[in-house]
Amino acid sequence: MAGWRRHRGRAVSLPVANIDTDQLIPARFMSVPRAEGYGTYLLHDMRRDGAGALRPEFPLNAHPGASVLVAGRNFGSGSSREAAVYALVDAGIRAVIAPSFGDIFAANAVNNGLLPAKVEDAGFAALEAALAHAPQEIAIDIETRSITLDGAQFGFVLDDSWATKLINGWDDIDLTLNHSAAITAFKQKRGQTAAWAWPKEME
Amino acid sequence: MGTPQTMLDKLWAAHEVQRREDGVSLLWVDRHLVHEGSHHAFAKIKARGLPVAEPELTFAVVDHYAPTRGRSRIADPQIARMIDTLRGNAAAHGLRIYDLDDPHQGIVHVVGPEEGLTLPGLLINCGDSHTSTHGAFGALAFGIGATEVAHVLATQTVWQRKPKSMRITVEGQLGAGVTAKDIALCWIARLGTDGAHGHAVEYAGSAIRDLSMEARMTLCNLSIEGGARFGMVAPDDTTFAYLQGRRFAPKGTDWQAACADWAALASDAGVRFDREVTLDAAEIAPTVTWGTSPEQALPITATIPDPADLPPEKAEASRAALDYMGLRAGAMLEGTPVDQVFIGSCTNGRIEDLRAAAAVLKGRKAVVPGLISPGSAQVKAQAEAEGLDRIFTEAGLEWVASGCSMCVGMNGDLVEEGKRCASSTNRNFKGRQGRGARTHLMSPAMVAGAAVTGRLTDVRKLLQGRAA
Repeated sequence: MAGWRRHRGRAVSLPVANIDTDQLIPARFMSVPRAEGYGTYLLHDMRRDGAGALRPEFPLNAHPGASVLVAGRNFGSGSSREAAVYALVDAGIRAVIAPSFGDIFAANAVNNGLLPAKVEDAGFAALEAALAHAPQEIAIDIETRSITLDGAQFGFVLDDSWATKLINGWDDIDLTLNHSAAITAFKQKRGQTAAWAWPKEME
Repeated sequence: MGTPQTMLDKLWAAHEVQRREDGVSLLWVDRHLVHEGSHHAFAKIKARGLPVAEPELTFAVVDHYAPTRGRSRIADPQIARMIDTLRGNAAAHGLRIYDLDDPHQGIVHVVGPEEGLTLPGLLINCGDSHTSTHGAFGALAFGIGATEVAHVLATQTVWQRKPKSMRITVEGQLGAGVTAKDIALCWIARLGTDGAHGHAVEYAGSAIRDLSMEARMTLCNLSIEGGARFGMVAPDDTTFAYLQGRRFAPKGTDWQAACADWAALASDAGVRFDREVTLDAAEIAPTVTWGTSPEQALPITATIPDPADLPPEKAEASRAALDYMGLRAGAMLEGTPVDQVFIGSCTNGRIEDLRAAAAVLKGRKAVVPGLISPGSAQVKAQAEAEGLDRIFTEAGLEWVASGCSMCVGMNGDLVEEGKRCASSTNRNFKGRQGRGARTHLMSPAMVAGAAVTGRLTDVRKLLQGRAA
């Protein structure tokens, strides 16, 4: 996964709270292998009518080139399905800006290079107002935790460890395998202090 | 004596392999549960040529796509492929699998406890947000995404920043017909679906002590609907009595040692939580959702709210929810006609849930169609031994095999567009039970009440003169 520090792109507003994972990607599309791409399923039932045709007025349909989404509170609440993040990433979204995120969604986002940028209510209201009528150019800097839009700057909150991971594009498995000795030692100690923690099937 | 600790502190310390300078911990995983949806994670480790680090601690369960009828020949090739992929991955890595024909198959969060795979003091991961269910035993249990599932498969560890601690204390006695489901919907309605973001919730108080393990599981299961990745209850005699003799639970001297260790897990007296919330059990009524988020829930005796009366940040979402749900502000919640009912899921698909539904349905007829899918094959067998299945079928409801079924609709059990379903499940999200489906969440007894009246009903009226 490639890391990134700064991004310039177009931001579009989706002024809806509680966009849950079932809306981000309905369950019926989740058996698709990742290689086939998940972008067309992003917000499928909001973007498309019953016959599957795109609703032209839906923000992401009206502005297909957007790479930053500004959405309401509790974005990505619900299921642990990482497919919700795949759908965003495969549709070209690099960052979601919202007042809050589902905890599991945010972790999944960072694991896939998607920035969950948490903004204060005041900053959020200003961003929403600036994007109310049309998408705008936006610049995001992970290192300085800043968003620039329409000449104004806003800060965002991001866990330091997540910032490091996004910037470096790190993969946790590689990092963890460097700790193999410590893991083995831990396992041995736990086997002694909590032998009951290993499943033993009844005869 | 050292500083008093929360149960979260103790569980965290017992699993911390190491802590990085940035404060993120590498935690040892005692049990890893996988299901059909874990296919992305298996593909990730395959791409890197990595084995499963601890096959003996990894268990596979067929549940999300499990057909509830006609299992021997699966008609939908996509569903068959998902189940075959899990079988293939389990076989390739030497994992025990609870397949469709296994007498212990069921929903992963029902099977784990039933088999004694879930124990107090363990760290349990699963690629499913309702993994918080297992916290009912005093375990550190949380849902993870596919990248993290791959990480656990490859290393048997997971990186996590320790959440903040939150205690929800429920004192007093629940009224007749009021259940753990109602406690959960009550606190989520009060605090919001993001009310417990970043926190691990410990449930405490006399009303929680009085709950059975099944009810504690329901409560912990729904923690994620209030934003908490973790829910937990301190283990006690109720916990030990449930576990003793279960297939994978410790035996003999191991059991004695385990019980001693588990009894010490409870939060120490006088410990401070980052956040405290208190509820009065006597004030909780049978609760029903009216919108498209679990926080949009009210007592059955309430009227459907007028968005104009709500704070501005909730008004717009409420308008959209009422529109989607086809409901009118100001109307009574009770009496809303339903098209069908569903009882099942990892939230409310256990034997006690079925007994509660049967207590309402006995000798009565359902006036709308409905599906009852027990949480596991063992729950199914137990219900049949007690004759509950006959109560359901004589009422006119369909009694089928176990799986996630109509809670998530992946197996084809769907609610049609525009239809209204009284459901014992966990999410009333738009489209959760099928595109355009309208879901009302409630307890199994309340669902049973809706079945016999065809409307959202205060089940307390139907329980008068009956043992609930």
